[in-house]
Amino acid sequence: MSINNVTINAPATESAHGPAPRRYVRKTQMRIVLHQLSKNKGAMVGLFIILAIVLVAIFADVLFDYDRDVVGIHISQKLLRPSWAHPFGTDDLGRDIFIRVLYGSRYSVSVGVVATIIGLGIGVVLGAIAGYYCGLAEDIIMRFNDILSAVPSILMGIVIVSAMGATTFNLMLAIGITSVPQFVRITRASVLTVRNQEYIEALHAAGISEARIIAFHVLPNCLSPIIVQATLRIASAIIAASSLSFLGLGVPAPAPEWGSMLSLGRQYVRTASYLTIFPGLAILVTVLAFNLLGDGLRDAIDPKLKK
Amino acid sequence: METMKSLHDPVLEVEDLSVQFVTEDETVNAVNHISFKLRKGRTLGFVGETGAGKTTTALALLRLVPNPGKVESKRIEVCGREVSAMTARQLEKYRGDDIAMIFQDPMTALNPVFTVGQQIADSILLHQDVTYGEAMKKAEEMLELVGIPASRQAEYPHQFSGGMKQRVVIAIALACNPEVMIADEPTTALDVTIQAQVLNLMKKLRDDRRMSMIMITHNLGIIADICDEVAVMYAGRIVETGTLVEVFNHTKHPYTEGLFNSLPNILNRTAKLKPIPGLMPDPSNLPVGCAFAPRCRYAGPDCTCAQPKAHWFSDTHTVACAAYERVGFTIDRPEKK
Amino acid sequence: MEKNVSNTILEVKDLKKHFKTSRGMLHAVDGVSFSIEYGKTLGIVGESGCGKTTLGRTILRLVEPTSGGIMLEGRDITKLNLRDMKKVRKDIQIIFQDPFSSLDPRNTISQALTEVVKVNKIRSGKQEIKDRVLQLMETVGLAERLINTYPHELDGGRRQRIGIARALAMEPKFIVCDEPVSALDVSIQAQILNLLQELQETLGLSYIFITHDLAVVNHFADVIAVMYLGQIVEKAPTEELFAHPLHPYTQALLSAIPIPEILVERPRILLRGEITSPINPKDECRFGNRCFHDCKECRGSNPVLREVSPDHFVACCKV
Repeated sequence: MSINNVTINAPATESAHGPAPRRYVRKTQMRIVLHQLSKNKGAMVGLFIILAIVLVAIFADVLFDYDRDVVGIHISQKLLRPSWAHPFGTDDLGRDIFIRVLYGSRYSVSVGVVATIIGLGIGVVLGAIAGYYCGLAEDIIMRFNDILSAVPSILMGIVIVSAMGATTFNLMLAIGITSVPQFVRITRASVLTVRNQEYIEALHAAGISEARIIAFHVLPNCLSPIIVQATLRIASAIIAASSLSFLGLGVPAPAPEWGSMLSLGRQYVRTASYLTIFPGLAILVTVLAFNLLGDGLRDAIDPKLKK
Repeated sequence: METMKSLHDPVLEVEDLSVQFVTEDETVNAVNHISFKLRKGRTLGFVGETGAGKTTTALALLRLVPNPGKVESKRIEVCGREVSAMTARQLEKYRGDDIAMIFQDPMTALNPVFTVGQQIADSILLHQDVTYGEAMKKAEEMLELVGIPASRQAEYPHQFSGGMKQRVVIAIALACNPEVMIADEPTTALDVTIQAQVLNLMKKLRDDRRMSMIMITHNLGIIADICDEVAVMYAGRIVETGTLVEVFNHTKHPYTEGLFNSLPNILNRTAKLKPIPGLMPDPSNLPVGCAFAPRCRYAGPDCTCAQPKAHWFSDTHTVACAAYERVGFTIDRPEKK
Repeated sequence: MEKNVSNTILEVKDLKKHFKTSRGMLHAVDGVSFSIEYGKTLGIVGESGCGKTTLGRTILRLVEPTSGGIMLEGRDITKLNLRDMKKVRKDIQIIFQDPFSSLDPRNTISQALTEVVKVNKIRSGKQEIKDRVLQLMETVGLAERLINTYPHELDGGRRQRIGIARALAMEPKFIVCDEPVSALDVSIQAQILNLLQELQETLGLSYIFITHDLAVVNHFADVIAVMYLGQIVEKAPTEELFAHPLHPYTQALLSAIPIPEILVERPRILLRGEITSPINPKDECRFGNRCFHDCKECRGSNPVLREVSPDHFVACCKV
């Protein structure tokens, strides 16, 4: 009765029919997505800009001396117009805007990434629980989520930062928490879809345990929309960080956060508009780059999902 | 004599039709140089497996091949007019007036936010110079015609069952009295008993209106039930075509034989199934010779070097198989009376 | 149906599965009983919505039954706890209808089969597991070179072979085949049917074969049960059922099969209407409103399944 050593004379499907057709070339999903992505010009531009910004952010300390170049006051050189020596000009304390903008990428990128990771971590866990186990757990999580998303995110950020103090980490935490509802919703939706797929039932029938199914089969199949969402969230986190800093609730002065630079330049907007134009452009370009990449990722992943 | 002549005039004539889908990565040859004719009041069945090019052929007749499809043909003539030369305005009139299509899935073919009456009336309004009231009245008549009480015209598609929806789809297709009706797997999504109802309805409507019909299906049983002529498709080509009797009882092509052999025979339950080994070739990577040769029991070296030429067994029965160049070649399937 | 108990691998007694819906209780499976002998195939035929798929899932307890018994080799598995059930799962397996959605798109053939063999401790040791996977692939006719391919790179027939290999990995005695060929093309369908038949002969498997295709079930099953709205309306050995269909629904089903031969006009029974809703059914013949007999008796009560000739059961008041 056992199937040991039984070889059925299977119909000769797999032999002697010429070379394997082309589609049997091994293709992982990852490779397909990357290939699709590489064909999308917008996404590639976005990716290139992001890489450049990240490189600048990493090596900012090597390139510039924080105390001298970034926060050091040189009154003699205050409010200079853009020139070869100071491509973006200097501010009212004589600090070079170009260097400050480059250095500011550190804050924006790190706040964007860390805040998104915080939101992602909390959101995915809650979303997966809500999606996989229906009933009371789902109700509690989703109602809590509804309440959280009913509060305007900037207001929530203000409340958290002013209650806990204006430090960079609190800023990350505040922005992270405001992005939780989105991650909960998107994770729950995709877990719900995947959970009802026949292969999950097949795995149950094959005696695979629940925990294993969630960790190795449900979540990996939900990853794509979550990754796309995360990329887009980084962009909005950067905007949120700048807004809070603009209001004086973010990265404390004199750190060259783009939002606080905008805030400082506000009073000179008529006479020295370059004080606001360049930090503003930096925010715009960074956010645009993440959005381009996120949209590209979505397009690259989607046709695969439809298949 | 006049009527005799019109009986034999083809309402639809296709010569050398090819459809390719060209993308950066590959070129999919969905339909390759096919030619066929459909005479008035006759039903032509296209039979073949998934990916054989049946649906693409139908879409090409309606000029509805989706991007990035490229259609090439010497001639696609419907009711004496060349389809490939039509302007957008003409096409709109042509679809519906001359030719109409019934799709496979009635669940998605109807718009969920309009009542079925409105949907039928819409298609009438588009093609005929009538008022909305007249169109609605005609729509009710159409519903009665397909066996749905006219009173249900104000209901939405979700209030209908699958079989009823397919009847509504048929009513929309027939609303403008087309000369040719294309039915693409019209009963695949339906249950057997409902399938019988819908097929009966289609047969009756076809006979009453002396319509010509193209029936696309993978089910040889439906072909036997409803068609006069059959075209067997494989990898984008017609490999065998003839009248129903010729193809079913005097089968000549090895692929057609293989199809019959792989079906469980309901009249002889112990007969062993003889599947066709292997798979249909990748349509983006077709062989130079006969596409069926790698799976064919009778294939010889003569099959792989060039496309097989057509062999005529009667005025209507054509087979594309190189094995018939060999003297005395026959396939194993016995001829039937 | 007094059969020698030792001959019976599976016996289902008055199995019911009701779902709660917003419009009332949905009687998906409503009092189904049958038994299957070792090495035999029971075909379950019916149209969509008749509860045949739920029945298959319930037998594996992928869906918990509302009431009734499922006796596997004399042991009622509806009463087992999760851990004991896990052991029993090795004996009963399932092959799914849709080879495109029943495989995890992120797992290669090798990963999918290895996981089942490993987790269920069918084999241990890296090499042994790998040998087992290769052996399974050979059993179902998959070439070794495909071991690292993903499901989306394969056609429906090959995917279904993976599904079969996954079921066989547990060394089951009994397999529920839920429309295993209805998503496949005819030429591939025959390959899979032949494979299933050969496996049955060599491994002595018993099958429940769920399908809507009467031609396939006629070819494949030893005994056929016809289901309508959650209940079996007729059950008989295949040849008997096709030769002497007694229930009006069976008669209509048989007459509606399109036969791929040119035949002299054959009488066709066209039924009125369509299958009614299985929500809160009344106590009357469930087929009554589509039946061509139109008798009064079945308006009063739902006819029960009774034996009219040896092994031939029908639920109809006209018989």
